[in-house]
Amino acid sequence: MNAGTRTSTETPAYDLEAVRHDFPGLHQKVHGEPLAYLDNAATAQKPSAVIEAVRGHYERDAANVHRGVHTLSQRATQAYEDARGQIQRFVNAAESREIVFVRGATEAVNLIAQSYARPRLRPGDEVLISWLEHHSNIVPWQMVCEQTGAALKVAPIDDAGAVDMEVFERLLSERTKVVAVAHVSNALGTVNPLARMVELARGVGAVVLADGAQAAPHLPIDVRALGVDFYAISGHKMYGPTGIGALYGRAALLEAMPPWQGGGDMIRSVSFEKTLYHELPWKFEAGTPNIAGTIGLGAAAEYLQHLGLEAIGAHEHRVLAHAQARLAEIPQVREIGTVPGKAAVLSFVLDGVHPHDAGTILDQHGIAVRTGHHCAEPVMQRFGVPATIRASFGLYNTVAETDRLAAGVQAVLEVFGA
Amino acid sequence: MTGRNELYQEMILHHNKAPRNFGALEDADRKSDGHNPLCGDHLTVWLKLDGDKVADVRFEGSGCAISTASASVMTDAVKGRSTAEIEKLFRSFHALVTGQPAPDEDLDLGKLEVFSGVSEFPARVKCASLAWHTLQAALHGDAEPVSTE
Repeated sequence: MNAGTRTSTETPAYDLEAVRHDFPGLHQKVHGEPLAYLDNAATAQKPSAVIEAVRGHYERDAANVHRGVHTLSQRATQAYEDARGQIQRFVNAAESREIVFVRGATEAVNLIAQSYARPRLRPGDEVLISWLEHHSNIVPWQMVCEQTGAALKVAPIDDAGAVDMEVFERLLSERTKVVAVAHVSNALGTVNPLARMVELARGVGAVVLADGAQAAPHLPIDVRALGVDFYAISGHKMYGPTGIGALYGRAALLEAMPPWQGGGDMIRSVSFEKTLYHELPWKFEAGTPNIAGTIGLGAAAEYLQHLGLEAIGAHEHRVLAHAQARLAEIPQVREIGTVPGKAAVLSFVLDGVHPHDAGTILDQHGIAVRTGHHCAEPVMQRFGVPATIRASFGLYNTVAETDRLAAGVQAVLEVFGA
Repeated sequence: MTGRNELYQEMILHHNKAPRNFGALEDADRKSDGHNPLCGDHLTVWLKLDGDKVADVRFEGSGCAISTASASVMTDAVKGRSTAEIEKLFRSFHALVTGQPAPDEDLDLGKLEVFSGVSEFPARVKCASLAWHTLQAALHGDAEPVSTE
């Protein structure tokens, strides 16, 4: 962690070259061309700090947590619980016991749907989501609605890709028990007005879960300022390992929830007559956890905070603006999702070329983009397209890479004579 | 930038732009829908049978260049052939696009050979084979839509 050092008295210096040096995965050729990795919304490359943290656990501290009296186990436990503190600081939670480690944002949403919502929802109750949601913030709610007889309501989006707040407000009523919305849309980059949504939901007594998988790598998160009840993050989208994520939950709500899974580590004592559950947060962490992944996630959070999320966001917005300007020069390009201030996601379609063909040809130029429906089929349906090409930028992308993207798109159009 | 031109051959681009046998077949005996959820590709294949032979075949749908061109070339290739001949053709085509050895050395794939480049692009094999799976479902009279996922 030696990049982008800043002092409190100066404008944050963003040393892009040093940042890129931190990511070994960036420095390779693909089909003979330098890699331009523009698929960060799918998963991000990993800095050496994360890779070393994971390696360090396996090389020196490979032991189980919360069990052993021996030194390695104590070191592993210390590192695991330190990571909880790092995530607590990353989302600005009041207490570390409000951070539960999970497999990813998807598991966090499922945990809340099954452990918070399922015991409380009754027929006639409602869950409100938005049209922007990733499938992982749709399907768990469909499942719990089916299980309980509650109804799923969906707040629509406008032509730019912003949630229609008038309808959102109209859909809220005393029947609404849970509001589940993305902080940032994965398919379009739209940043939802989360604090306002929470305020409106509070007014009808609903709890709010925010899916922050796409927000964590781009903007500072302050769960207390936002006022959310639950907040889900995903490790691999924020430069950490795959298979690990975290759920923030207000302690009072988590306390009142039954455990989600049973097993080791989540219990205080077990007999065949009665089992006493462990206290927070371990009540929700059954079984040996993803120890190395958790330690890597902690390192990722620390890396992001060291660079500064404001500085990262400012850099990414420069890159996005340049990419938007370059693509706007190409008449066959139609940008999908044009809400001002969106996160660094550029979704677009090309007249006369299917996104998958464009993706294959861009790959041949060393440019990695995502093509498809981005696990957000309702968003695609809303814009009347089967799929989009999505370039999503991260803290290490350069303006020069967006020039290559524009040139790559021109090459695609040339191949297809479009 | 190796491989790009091997995939997007002139003939593929041409069939994508001006697909053959495109549009519904009015007096079809069989119809089947295919879907590739990964890409969002949809297509419908209609068949008119004459005994065991495919007397006519048409398709309609939206998809990438590989899936559209594959459907287009396929319709030309199977017209007038028997079910057994089409099965053989599909086995050989599938081996071609997945880079497997040809199951039937003597079989001439004709224009279908243009898809040999697909074997270098494992993510695109489903695009090339969607039309064929859908055709098979139509031949077997399957009611359920075909999905390549």
